[in-house]
Amino acid sequence: MQRPSPPLLDMRGIRVTFGGFVANDGVDLAVDAGEIHALLGENGAGKSTLMRVLAGLLVPAAGEVRIAGDIEPLGSAHEAMRLGIGMVHQHFMLVPTLTVAENVCLGLSSTGRFIPDLKTAAAKIRDLAATYGLDIDPNARIADLSIAGQQRVEILKALYRGARILVLDEPTAVLTPQEAEGLFRILRALAAEGTAIIFISHKLNEVMALTDKVTVLRQGKVVATALTAETDARGLARMMVGAEIALPKIEDAPAPGVPAEAAVAILSVMDLTCRDARGLVRVDRVSLAVGAGEIVGVAGVDGNGQQELAEAIVGLSMVTSGRIILAGVDVTAAPIARRIGLGLAHIPEDRHRTALVEPMSIRDNIVLERIGDPPFSRGGWMRRDAVAGLAEKVMAAFDVRASGPLQSVGTLSGGNQQKVVLGRALSRDPRLVVAVQPARGLDVGATAFVHRQLLARRAAGAGVLLVSTELEEILALSDRIVVMFKGAIVGEMTRAAISVERLGLMMAGRAA
Amino acid sequence: MSTVDQTGAARLRLPPGLVGSLASVAAAFLVGALLIAAVGVNPLTAYGALFEAALGSRNGLAETLVRTVPLALCGLGIALAFRAGVFNVGAEGQLFLGGTAAGAIGVLGAGWPAYLLLPAMALSAAFAGALWSGLAAFLKLRFRADELITTIMLNYVAIHLVSFLLHGPLKDPNGALAQTARLTTDGRLPVLLAGTRLHAGILIVLVAAVLAHLFLWRRTNGFRLRVVGLNARAAENAGIDVRRTILFGFLICGALAGLAGFSEVAGVQRRMIENLSPGFGYTAIIVALLGATNPFGVLASAFLFAALQIGASTMESAAGVPSTLTTVIQGLVVLFLIGRAALPLLRDWLVDRFGRRA
Repeated sequence: MQRPSPPLLDMRGIRVTFGGFVANDGVDLAVDAGEIHALLGENGAGKSTLMRVLAGLLVPAAGEVRIAGDIEPLGSAHEAMRLGIGMVHQHFMLVPTLTVAENVCLGLSSTGRFIPDLKTAAAKIRDLAATYGLDIDPNARIADLSIAGQQRVEILKALYRGARILVLDEPTAVLTPQEAEGLFRILRALAAEGTAIIFISHKLNEVMALTDKVTVLRQGKVVATALTAETDARGLARMMVGAEIALPKIEDAPAPGVPAEAAVAILSVMDLTCRDARGLVRVDRVSLAVGAGEIVGVAGVDGNGQQELAEAIVGLSMVTSGRIILAGVDVTAAPIARRIGLGLAHIPEDRHRTALVEPMSIRDNIVLERIGDPPFSRGGWMRRDAVAGLAEKVMAAFDVRASGPLQSVGTLSGGNQQKVVLGRALSRDPRLVVAVQPARGLDVGATAFVHRQLLARRAAGAGVLLVSTELEEILALSDRIVVMFKGAIVGEMTRAAISVERLGLMMAGRAA
Repeated sequence: MSTVDQTGAARLRLPPGLVGSLASVAAAFLVGALLIAAVGVNPLTAYGALFEAALGSRNGLAETLVRTVPLALCGLGIALAFRAGVFNVGAEGQLFLGGTAAGAIGVLGAGWPAYLLLPAMALSAAFAGALWSGLAAFLKLRFRADELITTIMLNYVAIHLVSFLLHGPLKDPNGALAQTARLTTDGRLPVLLAGTRLHAGILIVLVAAVLAHLFLWRRTNGFRLRVVGLNARAAENAGIDVRRTILFGFLICGALAGLAGFSEVAGVQRRMIENLSPGFGYTAIIVALLGATNPFGVLASAFLFAALQIGASTMESAAGVPSTLTTVIQGLVVLFLIGRAALPLLRDWLVDRFGRRA
């Protein structure tokens, strides 16, 4: 078929290198006006790099970017904006204390150099919002909006700046299934009006449901470009990973060694309330129990108190009221060392900040929690042989790929870093594992590894509290699921009675 | 510690930052040479005179070592505090209080034998320094007051407090100056090299450096201290008592700075005087940074700075280069040390400005 006009966006032979590492290796990407194009790939496949080129943040070593047929030098973010390229980042770039209109106009000279003409801007925002079905009040404060609302503001911000090419980076990661559906309606409306949309994701079902075309990246190269309708989720997954990797499911895992009726609660949380530094209630009268050989999934949209609940249980944050019983001992006010002594293992959400000491070696990170225990020290002196032995054992058991135990953790890949975290926490044979987003930022292979390890702990009779915003992860691994909304548990269901639709409604705060 | 790499060749693992430290010193001396040349003097002549004076004679070397003692002791304390993530810039005040305590005990215990008096003076000096530092620790742990502010402010309080004590209760009743009475021979650190001022304080320095090294790399508490300094949140998550570790960082720094005060009083001045330190506690901050907070690195950089200071006046008289040049070099070392972080930015800017790499 003969094209009537060149594609709106045409990236050709893009090559980007960082030192010796080739992040993009001759990547081609063409997107027509009115097309929703999925950019699919694992972490580290080169999606972000490619989009940073498009946003003018990176200058490629080779290749060219054509907008509507003309070669454009994308030297700066400003240039990219002038050419009609808009980005909606995963982490929103909004000023919470300002209104929608103020945020949208931020940095635009068209609003007036000294005195911003916000009235005209607000009218224009209303027009745009009406055209594309975006539910936005220009005078609302960002801080008062929901996450989905803030995302709509980001989209509107791009449109206001004249975006003809809109890039969305993992936009559904922070949304409930229903909110995601709402976003898709908006994106379809935008495409119908002629906007080219690049939808970055690793969620195959969304790619299948929303997009017209799909480009799969692997290790910096395009492995396939196809019409979405002519592919299927299985095939895409295979292309993404290179080989078929099935994520483990609880049904396939060995059953726990403890018979169900003998299962005792490893962890009991009773009427737990936590306030943050500003006095706001973050965890609201939560009660839950985790039994031996049980994985309890805590589902919920990011920021509904799951993080704070986990931190209170592991002892990183203060409890306002309520009690936490770990292995029969009241640890509500106990120091973290005591909790670790009772068999607590924590796999924190932010491994860079909370789990790892990145400048230190793998060896030092592995022994971190146990340095005071025999045989790793005696009389306050470290015993290097014992420490080295532990490091080698854990690295082998958890398949940590590194040049050796003395390599610093900061230089490892994300997957290997997480293996160090898991190895440290799980090699102690813990009785309770608190895992928060344990697969965040990992590729499929590493995710499967993490999930297998959690299932192995379950089989060994440990209790696991799994906090995740990834529903698929929760659904695959949990014996029981509780849903948190605004700090409180709004619903609970056993594995036998799981319904994704009900979960979605609960995550949105509507009891079902 | 050495490791064997894959080619089988043993290579010494340089502590991180040491290469940068050497480069900073080299760069500072290079710029210093340009300044000397600008005055119309051959830089080699000037540097030659400087190091000849500081290291080339028995007395010069002894003087350099005498100057090394307070710089190294304060530097070790500051380095240990840095390792715990504590930015203690209050060594100067802690040194003054340590010296005062040592002077007071020295006067009070006149007549005691040396084996009682010297340890009593040293301990009380360490205690006084730690107490002063502990004040800043309390403010940080209780009220989250930034130690960068509190310790530097407490320096002024300490120096004025000491001045008050020396004008009042501790003043030598037989003298006119604001200073304590002279110490008895038993209250003085023995001279190591006859005919020079080199005193036993240098031995305290060596012992302290070895102990600090063992503590950091062999003791579990040293390991925990390093973890706290590198990532306090991860340390807490691993069950380490972060607050206690931070407190320890403050106290050990104060104690070592207090010991520096003791060694100045008992080894050099032989009494507590109002101007005990020309800013040892401040120079020691640079010493700790330049030594990459590594105990033996601190020793080396303390020695270098001592040599610079001792050789400065000779350089002025022999080569006609103002002695303040050494202060400039010290400042340049700091600039280059801190400026290292900007090097990648500079490179990016150059690449951006003068053509992109293909």
